[in-house]
Amino acid sequence: MSAPRVFLVDDHQMFRAGVRAELGDAVEVVGEAGDVESAVQGIRASDPEVVLLDVHLPGGGGKAVLETIKSERPDLVFLALSVSDAAEDVIAVIRAGARGYVTKTISSADLAGAIVRVRDGDAVFSPRLAGFVLDAFSGAPPTEVSDPQLDQLSPREREVMRLIARGYTYKEIARRLSLSVKTVETHVSAVLRKLQLSSRHELTRWATDRRLI
Amino acid sequence: MVSRLPLDQRPSLVPAALRRSGDDRVVAGVCGGLGRHLGVDPMALRLALVVLTVANGLGLLLYLAAWALVPSGEASLEPTGDTSPGSTERTVGLGLLTLGALLLFARAGLLLPAGVVWAVALSATGLALVWARTDEASRTRGLLVRIAGGGILLVVGLGLLFASGGVLSTIGGLGLAVLATGVGVTLLLGPWIVRLWRDLDVERRERIRSEERSEMAAHLHDSVLQTLALIQRADAPGRARSLARRQERELRAWLFDERPPDGEGAASTIAAALERVVSDVEDRHDVEVDLVVVGDCPMEPRLDALVAALREAAFNAARHAGVDELSVYVEVEPERVTAYVRDRGAGFVLDAIEPGRVGVRESIIGRMSRHGGRAEVHTAPGEGTEVVLETGRTPSLEECP
Repeated sequence: MSAPRVFLVDDHQMFRAGVRAELGDAVEVVGEAGDVESAVQGIRASDPEVVLLDVHLPGGGGKAVLETIKSERPDLVFLALSVSDAAEDVIAVIRAGARGYVTKTISSADLAGAIVRVRDGDAVFSPRLAGFVLDAFSGAPPTEVSDPQLDQLSPREREVMRLIARGYTYKEIARRLSLSVKTVETHVSAVLRKLQLSSRHELTRWATDRRLI
Repeated sequence: MVSRLPLDQRPSLVPAALRRSGDDRVVAGVCGGLGRHLGVDPMALRLALVVLTVANGLGLLLYLAAWALVPSGEASLEPTGDTSPGSTERTVGLGLLTLGALLLFARAGLLLPAGVVWAVALSATGLALVWARTDEASRTRGLLVRIAGGGILLVVGLGLLFASGGVLSTIGGLGLAVLATGVGVTLLLGPWIVRLWRDLDVERRERIRSEERSEMAAHLHDSVLQTLALIQRADAPGRARSLARRQERELRAWLFDERPPDGEGAASTIAAALERVVSDVEDRHDVEVDLVVVGDCPMEPRLDALVAALREAAFNAARHAGVDELSVYVEVEPERVTAYVRDRGAGFVLDAIEPGRVGVRESIIGRMSRHGGRAEVHTAPGEGTEVVLETGRTPSLEECP
């Protein structure tokens, strides 16, 4: 398949230059921006397939870019990345519609792989995000107005999340659980959907309480 | 080339906020500030005030009210062309000016009898003495002397004024004295207290801000700057990388967590203890440890054993696996804690470990079983290694959802 057309959004010019150089031919970088305003305009102008989106941005954060563009281009895919591990920020960007989250310490090969994977419609979970998800969905589900389809992880999904948190790749997970890679991807996408749609009030509360733990 | 005027000299469509002027002032900057606010020459306002004062004292009251109510503006940092006269000179100058004007008006036979003129001049000088100092930085030095002196002048002035006044004399001696004292005290202290209160508030806010800044500076100096210096001296890229990683972890913990940065003494929660172990491993070996902790709980002896075993497993992986990356995942559940240490490295044959090497057998498996937990090692040559540790824990009351 052709190299994905990628738009970089990060407020550190050095980091953008680094990513551009490291990704090399694996992707086609069609544009970059350092704040919300220019990101929105640049994305409209350059028509990328994947936006690599920093969680922290001057002018409202990655969430603001997502919320502005997502309604205009519902098919556009966002992959969040950041150095910050503040759970509430990461969860906010995922809930605004990002298809995955990776940390900036990710290797170039893994990053290129993740970009291709989100472009092809899969969700990308770093171990850290899997940890956040397990944390957020732990404990009993809320009693009333609860939709068990959305507010709880299935045992299988929990298992997959645990393995991601333990550092397993999708392929390794598939082998270990005797599943196909496609099934693992389906589970991860399902978790992403729950993360985005769950009304589980604990999710929001958990994210804000997280600092106090 | 764009010439830059100081902000308050640029032509502006919007009137400047009403502030007493720090630069353009004779006494307290009321006229200077008002002039700028209205776009009128302050000198015209000053003259108007003097005339009003002479006519019926209204000018003085207006001035005092404005002084008390209008907040003082910042003096611009750069000195303006004309250096403002010192406080004492200013006070005397104003007194003389008022006095001269009054005498002039009286001589011309206008408006007021001489007694009133003197009384007003005395009161004005007294008030100026008391109030002029309150704007200065050295607020306490000589304050009492000035207040006392100014107060006496004011009381005498008011006394004269009241004594010579037509209508007021009907009130009678005692009432007059009480009234004079009351008016004098109110005039003296009221605005001063109001301003003192406001200054205190401003000072408190500034102190908090500067404390925060110096704490931040101290922290960055002790941590980030030291590390940057070390990185510049590090020869091996691996060393520089591990320094950078350790610093990043520490700084992030400081920025985003309420947890105190790891330092002396035992860690109080398992997440803090794990972070300490991980940065220790990263520090001594050129590996990156991806640590994910779900949940957290206070430390207890069983968990000390688990953390120690995990530490041994991580060090083993860093030493023997031959990879530069390992994953540590720990999940805290209400009644147990499970930990995984995983690498994609060389792996080994578990049964082939010679009895002399205590690492895996003693420090990991033995230690866990002695503390009522269990340890499993999954490995094979070329397959990487995963160490699984599990132990029970005592759920604390406040954790129960």
